[in-house]
Amino acid sequence: MSVRFCGIELAHPIINGSGTFDAIAARRAFGDTLLDEFPFAAFVSKTVTVEPRQGNPPPRLWEVAGGLINSIGLPNKGLDGYLAQDLPELARLPVPLIVNVMGFTREEVARLVAAFAEREEVAALELNVSCPNVETGLIMGADPRETAALVTRVRPLTTKPIVVKLTPNATDPAAVAAAAEASGADAVSLINTLRGMALHPRTREPWLGGRTGGVSGAAVRSIALAQVSAVANRVAIPVVGMGGVQSGGDAADVLDAGATLVAVGTESFRDPAAACRISRELESLDRGQARPPDETPKQ
Amino acid sequence: MSADRRTLAPFGRRRVPIVDRCEYGSYVVLRCLDEAGPAPRPGQFYMLAAAEAWGGGEGERPFLPRAFSVLRATPESELHFLLEAVGPGTKRLGALAEGEELWLAGPFGVGFAPPAEQRRPLLVGGGVGIAPLAIWQDELGLDATVLLGFRDAAHAEGAAVLAEARLATDDGSVGHRGLVTDLLIQELDHTDDARAAVYACGPPPMLEAVRALCAERGVPAQLALESGMACGYGACFGCVVPTRAGYVRLCLEGPVLDAELLETALIPGTGHG
Ligand SMILES: Cc1cc2nc3c(=O)[nH]c(=O)nc-3n(C[C@H](O)[C@H](O)[C@H](O)COP(=O)(O)O)c2cc1C
Ligand code: FES
Repeated sequence: MSVRFCGIELAHPIINGSGTFDAIAARRAFGDTLLDEFPFAAFVSKTVTVEPRQGNPPPRLWEVAGGLINSIGLPNKGLDGYLAQDLPELARLPVPLIVNVMGFTREEVARLVAAFAEREEVAALELNVSCPNVETGLIMGADPRETAALVTRVRPLTTKPIVVKLTPNATDPAAVAAAAEASGADAVSLINTLRGMALHPRTREPWLGGRTGGVSGAAVRSIALAQVSAVANRVAIPVVGMGGVQSGGDAADVLDAGATLVAVGTESFRDPAAACRISRELESLDRGQARPPDETPKQ
Repeated sequence: MSADRRTLAPFGRRRVPIVDRCEYGSYVVLRCLDEAGPAPRPGQFYMLAAAEAWGGGEGERPFLPRAFSVLRATPESELHFLLEAVGPGTKRLGALAEGEELWLAGPFGVGFAPPAEQRRPLLVGGGVGIAPLAIWQDELGLDATVLLGFRDAAHAEGAAVLAEARLATDDGSVGHRGLVTDLLIQELDHTDDARAAVYACGPPPMLEAVRALCAERGVPAQLALESGMACGYGACFGCVVPTRAGYVRLCLEGPVLDAELLETALIPGTGHG
């Protein structure tokens, strides 16, 4: 089941969604068996920002039918903390490392990309564009021009593959994907979480500390599949598909909709080794070779 | 964190049979056979889900597994859990019968640290929060004093899972009428504060009262807290509690925390079934 993704050789097509598996924490809970049975073919780390972030006030979770809403708020140690503390540990994982970064301005993203461009431990970069550009007020990934401007700014800074993680909270994610491709992105990934909200059962105020949050899990699977399909039909670069994948059959759907890799997120919360099971199930399915991205029909 | 407070979990979840289910008033004790798992430390917890029909209940939930402190672990690899059916997850788990199966992952988190020499352990529990105190009493032996608080007589039947407990109920139907912290004050007044060590688990207002009391009297206390959890092993960052050191993931750094680490034990968003 080995697969090539942006020039990186992977043992199988299952990776993790950023922010849904902390390999360092998991090693504390499970010990070194985690490394022997590492579930993902590449590891995508949680979003890193320039400055350290505490994240949103709790509560941060709300269970919904077939999924959950999270308002985690991107807690992380910041660029310096990540480089000093997390990167050395993540570099010891048995799989390639993809670092997910986010900035509140283009220059912040540029700083992050430039910093990781120099690190040989890093196989690829993923840009989380699901946040507002504080200079323009636009969600970077919701608008094709914003996305194009961002990718154009950071593209010259690194020879490493750049994956643009699209937000589903956009009018036309495929147009954003096309803009990313035209500006030099090597791949796109989707979907990030869909905006959602829950009210406190008694007070009727928003339950989540961040007021709104992102919906993920089985509940978003059909929406994810439609968006992956639309994007894969629009671009020639490889697509990482995710959203509600719980089984090998779900992963096969995402691949058959045009993705090259499949990321597992929320299902790892229900079963820490879910991705091991999903790749086993996928392998046992009698399906033809996944279509290489350059044979994907264009619109 | 010392290694003897954390037993590592096997990677992944495992399917285990329920070998017994029994009711204690408002509570259910599920016993399952976890032959593939290690012996947990007192205070550690597991993530549980029914192996079948998890989902499709109230509001089409549950979806995520639920966190439960282990009530008791036997040398025969039985794990016992105490639950009260209050939400879609606990209702489904509480309806399971002997012979049905659970998905179980764990043990997770860090458990209780033994009391310093010369200190007498005082175990203070409220409601379903008495669970981790039973396995802790099993280890400490009967030198530990146990004080438990419940809403009413039906809930107070849960006290049978521990030995020789002093009880308080809100309605006075069993034991002292009032709060379990009233009993704690009495005990502390009888003990030299310098010779007590408090271990508490229960609803946030109770834990906060214990925390404030122990802080005032300079008695070391360890609190087993609760927080909404999606994963139980540090993956989601959903379970954070505010501490003097910032937000910490309760599933990783807790669920047992030194009371000194907390400004308050009133954790936002707890008590949601
Ligand atoms: C708790 C949680 C935290 C997440 N954190 C991040 C993050 O830091 N960066 C990011 O790009 N996506 C993040 N995501 C989005 C996931 O990577 C993924 O795109 C989304 O959850 C859909 O996949 P799923 O349904 O399999 O979970 C997070 C999702 C969840 C549920
Ligand atoms: S429950 Fe997921 S990080 Fe603690």
